[in-house]
Amino acid sequence: MYRDYKKDGIVPRATTKRNKSMKKTILSFAAAAAVMSFGTMAAEAATKACFVYVGPIGDFGWSYQHHQGLEHMKKELGDQVETAYLESVPEGADAERAIERFARSGCNIIFTTSFGYMDPTNKVAGKFPDVKFEHATGYKREHPNVATYNSKFHEGRYIQGVIAAKMSKAGVAGYIASFPIPEVVMGINAFVLGAQSVNPDFKVKVVWANTWFDPGKEADAAKALIDQGVDIITQHTDSTAPMQVATERGIKAFGQASDMIKFGPTTQLTSIVDDWGPYYVERVKAVVDGTWKQQDVWGGMKEGHVVMAPFANMPDDVKKLAEETAAKIKSGEFNPFTGPITKQDGTEWLKAGEVAENGVLLGLNFYVKGVDDKLPQ
Amino acid sequence: MRIELVKRPERSALFAALSPFIALGLTLIAGAIMFSLLGKNPVEALYYYFIDPLREVWSLHELAVKAAPLILIAVGLSICYLSNNWNIGAEGQFIVGAIMGSILPVMFPDFQSWIVLPLMLLMGIAGGALYGAIPAYLKVRFNTNEILTSLMLVYVAQLFLDWMVRGPWRNPAGMNFPETRTFSPSAVLPEIWSASGRANWGFVFAIVAAIALWFMLSRTLKGFEVLVLGQSPRAGRFAGFSQSRMVFFAFLVSGGLAGLAGISEVSGAIGQLRPTISPGYGFAAIIVAFLGRLNPLGIIAAGLVLALSYLGGEAAQISLGVSDKVVRAFQGMLLFFVLACDTLILYRIRFVGASAAKTVEATQNV
Repeated sequence: MYRDYKKDGIVPRATTKRNKSMKKTILSFAAAAAVMSFGTMAAEAATKACFVYVGPIGDFGWSYQHHQGLEHMKKELGDQVETAYLESVPEGADAERAIERFARSGCNIIFTTSFGYMDPTNKVAGKFPDVKFEHATGYKREHPNVATYNSKFHEGRYIQGVIAAKMSKAGVAGYIASFPIPEVVMGINAFVLGAQSVNPDFKVKVVWANTWFDPGKEADAAKALIDQGVDIITQHTDSTAPMQVATERGIKAFGQASDMIKFGPTTQLTSIVDDWGPYYVERVKAVVDGTWKQQDVWGGMKEGHVVMAPFANMPDDVKKLAEETAAKIKSGEFNPFTGPITKQDGTEWLKAGEVAENGVLLGLNFYVKGVDDKLPQ
Repeated sequence: MRIELVKRPERSALFAALSPFIALGLTLIAGAIMFSLLGKNPVEALYYYFIDPLREVWSLHELAVKAAPLILIAVGLSICYLSNNWNIGAEGQFIVGAIMGSILPVMFPDFQSWIVLPLMLLMGIAGGALYGAIPAYLKVRFNTNEILTSLMLVYVAQLFLDWMVRGPWRNPAGMNFPETRTFSPSAVLPEIWSASGRANWGFVFAIVAAIALWFMLSRTLKGFEVLVLGQSPRAGRFAGFSQSRMVFFAFLVSGGLAGLAGISEVSGAIGQLRPTISPGYGFAAIIVAFLGRLNPLGIIAAGLVLALSYLGGEAAQISLGVSDKVVRAFQGMLLFFVLACDTLILYRIRFVGASAAKTVEATQNV
């Protein structure tokens, strides 16, 4: 709807932002006064997409990739969309306020990008039925305006396992894990299965860092693992610290969430890149078009949500094998959780040819054979 | 040339009253410069910082949610600091209060009755007070430095909570995520006025505690004892006041209030225990206590101001797209100016010239 702002005496927010001239302080004061009373009205033109991040956008891991997704979406949708974000929002009492503030400030769709935002997201969604909520990595959809989304990172971890077994001389890899939730356990298992497809005796040592982002702790974990004799490091935490430690110690490592090749030009074999951009474009577009519906998406390499960074620092035959494995997973021909698979305690999980059900995977709380660790229960 | 702080013979009542406003003015000027350098309209930025969060009722509720633990802890700390007991461990007492208070809803989720909530609050107070009693006992019995012991106990409490929610108290239906089961409705601290927002009774506790302690400090013998022992232990002894009992009194009161803040936050605002339940309330409350000049009524105002700066920071992030680092820098400037202005009430700055400095040195060498 077109409004003649000048005639109405309303200065839209865009004008205030452009006016940087310090000379006209009085004018800008008047503009700010106008924003006070009519700010929300002026914002209604474009669809507003808002993002809540658990870490800083400069973590070069989880939150960084979500922010990259935001930037991609902004570029694709242009004027149709307006964006806002809050970074480093603690999971707890503060999260609910941050989400509610977004809902009240005229956001049409709100992406809450950490598991710990699950209950606050659903709580706020109940109060704002007209706002769409998208919660990453959760399982609760208590209202029709809450959707959930996640990615099959474990597909990439299987490929990493294949590479690790080919590259490792010790036959042992170190795994820096965050929290013993199904997603992380799934990743460890997929990594081991990939490695055992090359070397059936391959072992994995796990250190629980109990954090998603803490460069100091992650670096300590990497050092401890290397001291125990592993010669490949992979991580399910978000900082670049393990990559840097691996570089110092002269061993190979895998990046996490984003392409970390800058932090280990001679170290990184590949990295699982979370590419949220296409999903964000699709979902925000759906709000613009009025076709948004509740859903639960679990996309992988096939959907383009999980992308492998270029295979580097490895011989051509390893690279070829990695590429073949990636192609098979991407085409849907192969599922990393295909039997025969034995649990850590020696009992059978999947028979030959049997594929794990999604429901089991999403609540996974046991290791497969070859993990040198006791799963915290 | 050298700069010295010289104690003023007497403090100006006028400037003591004006100081917070001068500080606010200086913060606004410095903040405006910072925002202009970032290419943001300073007037708009300051508006989002200080006015926007106060415009809507729900936001006022959020202000109360954020300010409640800060005020509750800080008024307790004021008793400690006035009596010369340096309790730095309120964060730990907050956590232990939250853990103790959560015993009923976590271990006996089927026990649902009106009595659950009062019991939880009492156990929370007891937990915080007992945890505060540890550094008090160590100080009285072994003359240890309470700054160190109380601070160290914070880490113990944090790691204990971490272990509890990952181990024995983990929610059996929580997909292995480190958190306890969510509290049943009878264990949730009710909202004051739930139609308009989520502020809970924790804020009422904070105001009541502040008024009660203000009354105690200014109108009762116990309050006089606190002040006398804090300013001159010797004079206190002549008056027959016991130093050791005051150590326990201060730590038990502040620990108990921190514990009450902990269980109120968990039961009212979060609804379950998680590995981290406080974004550093116990430490921020130290700032609040001094911002409020250790006066419980001043602390109410100081707690609200600090809470406002958090909320305003979020509003500025969203509306202007500034980073949360800018927001924290601005918060830091606010505190810096307030404390600096207060310092200048008590001290004046003296510039010591080069020759004068030499004379001083010469005299010192002799």
